[in-house]
Amino acid sequence: MSNLTLMMALLALMAIAYQLGLVRTRQVAGQHPTQRMHSRPHHYGVMVGLWAVLPAFFVFLLWSWGSPWAIQQLLTAQLPDAITQDPQELRVALRRIGNLAANFGVVSEAADWELQAAAFLRDTRQLSNGLMLALMAAVASAGMLYSYRTITPLHRARNQIEKVVKTALVLCSTVAILTTIGIVLSMVGESLRFFSFVSPMDFFFGTTWNPRFSTSGVGEGSLTGDQGSFGMLPLLAGTFMIACIAMLVAIPLGLLAAIYLAEYASPKLRATAKPIIEVLAGIPTIVYGFFALVTVGPFLSEMGETLGLDIRATSALTAGVVMGIMIIPFISSLSDDIITQVPKSLRDGSLGLGATKSETIRKVVLPAALPGIVGAILLAASRAIGETMIVVLAAGNSPSLTANPFEAVSTMTVTIVNQLTGDNDFSSPQSLVAFALGLTLFVITLLLNVVALVIVRKYREQYE
Amino acid sequence: MTRDITDQRNASVLTEQPNLTAGLAMNAQTELKMKARDVKVFYGASEAIKGIDMDVAKNEVLAFIGPSGCGKSTFLRCLNRMNDTIDSCRVTGLIELDGQNMYDPRLDVVQLRAQVGMVFQKPNPFPKSIYDNIAYGPKLHGLASKKSDLDDIVESSLRKAGLWNEVKDRLAQPGTGLSGGQQQRLCIARTIAVSPEVILMDEPCSALDPIATSIIEELIDELKTNFTIVMVTHNMQQAARVSDRTAFFHLGELVEVGPTNEVFTNPQNKRTEDYITGRYG
Repeated sequence: MSNLTLMMALLALMAIAYQLGLVRTRQVAGQHPTQRMHSRPHHYGVMVGLWAVLPAFFVFLLWSWGSPWAIQQLLTAQLPDAITQDPQELRVALRRIGNLAANFGVVSEAADWELQAAAFLRDTRQLSNGLMLALMAAVASAGMLYSYRTITPLHRARNQIEKVVKTALVLCSTVAILTTIGIVLSMVGESLRFFSFVSPMDFFFGTTWNPRFSTSGVGEGSLTGDQGSFGMLPLLAGTFMIACIAMLVAIPLGLLAAIYLAEYASPKLRATAKPIIEVLAGIPTIVYGFFALVTVGPFLSEMGETLGLDIRATSALTAGVVMGIMIIPFISSLSDDIITQVPKSLRDGSLGLGATKSETIRKVVLPAALPGIVGAILLAASRAIGETMIVVLAAGNSPSLTANPFEAVSTMTVTIVNQLTGDNDFSSPQSLVAFALGLTLFVITLLLNVVALVIVRKYREQYE
Repeated sequence: MTRDITDQRNASVLTEQPNLTAGLAMNAQTELKMKARDVKVFYGASEAIKGIDMDVAKNEVLAFIGPSGCGKSTFLRCLNRMNDTIDSCRVTGLIELDGQNMYDPRLDVVQLRAQVGMVFQKPNPFPKSIYDNIAYGPKLHGLASKKSDLDDIVESSLRKAGLWNEVKDRLAQPGTGLSGGQQQRLCIARTIAVSPEVILMDEPCSALDPIATSIIEELIDELKTNFTIVMVTHNMQQAARVSDRTAFFHLGELVEVGPTNEVFTNPQNKRTEDYITGRYG
């Protein structure tokens, strides 16, 4: 019986147990006409269902987790001593036997003892499966019977169910938190390995980015100090330059659009225009990258020529402008919502004092909406810093330390892509540096978010 | 709105016979401040105000009473064109301030609202400091050229609103941190600071406790020496306590208006009598 069918069977069992619980509840209620049942009938049904399925499911989890290890111990005891002495050889033998048991191996080449072991493995597995099924059936019926018999008017079925549901909710939220922690830990681990090759000082404050690719990884070149330089500053500068250009484009456009939509546009226009602007956020970033490469880059470059400026087609400017367009909806849509939420009474108060509409917006509405707007801007900024595809295509991928936005630059995200794609040894500093960069990026966006939170909280205290 | 808007820019002394619907008993000292004739207000297609005539004398306190939805707040908001901020709202008829047609397209609504200030039902201080709340209007209208002038305006407005002693040591703190009654007095002070001629109050005490209410009522009594006050109230005792004249609204019509003691002791209209004796509303 495969695990899938087993799960289906458990669900079916749950449905049956639920019905049994319902029926039993009605009986019990009939026997105690003077007493009110503590919980509703479906609570008792669900309780019986859970008692039938949950313990059996735990048995299943434990068994699936523990039995392979136990079977392997038994198997190893069967094998000749000569093989069990050497861990390397034991691993190979175990894999071979596993294949044989699953009918993958070529039987004619197998040694006698291997065949015996394979047969033993097959039998043991079958036995273990049968045992598990029997145990599950026993536990399920015991649970069902137990809970079935506890159905009395005084029994608190709802409280039991609430406990189970609460545990399930906690488990779900734990998954998200654990995933974050796991990601951070794995990045920290890999970064530490990277810092065993390159000193943190060289990484964080080095001004040259030139990681030479060596196919041999930690081999000859890297050990003799010929592993290139891993100075992060050019990448950091590129990242911030592009993000700043993007914010310079997005903040005025987004904020003014939001003010228009929230304060001046007719409801009909607002209802049409807002979703259209939000479409900008839904365009895949690779399409933006394309747009930057094919349209915006050449356009800016030509325009630079007419103005007598030397603008490269793929430059920080190109990537920044297109990224700015991409994050307009983050700013405009969020700010629009926030501005609309400023109470009408504040506007009336200001208008009632003889303020004009624009004075009211500038001096009352925007200050009141400021914390939210700052939050929206910082959200957009962390999005801009983490953005990858546009910069991969349009920034020119040239990790040089420059303050000229018309030059090609490279960013941390682009470099991560470059270092991790292709035929790399994952233990070489050339690959490991990606984790250090990723960790740095993560810390930066985390700090941005924290700052956003602090600002929002500070203003909220002042305003409410 | 066919009248010549240029006549009588000053406060006009009424020479005509006392208008019964307007209900202003005239004598030689009474100066006319505002005049409304056949005012109708439409929200979309529905008619919220069905042709109201009313006069407001200078330095009087005029109270509007009536059951919910009778149009008293709507009419009040016509008196400084706050209804302009509602898209579906349309106002017809004539409303004059000192003989000047308020709805004349040539008139600047911003100037009008500086002359006719408004205090709202719920205290709505700006999310700024107490000082900035008061200084907001004077700054906009350029009433103070120096910081010291502005300080004077802030202090005198707060004094007139009876709030100065409570807040003088914390002018830099947010106005939203005050209690409800203090906030409402802050809003009144804010309105006084632009030196309006008329103050409209839309149920100024409905969100306040009895003590805060009585403070505001005393304040209204003091303010009427300098300002003309038109207020909407749900509380008939309040109307009886503070107002010189009372107007009773019902279903978008002005049923009766007259000196407060007469309206309450000897109502001319059956509907007024039913309302003030508590038979409906």
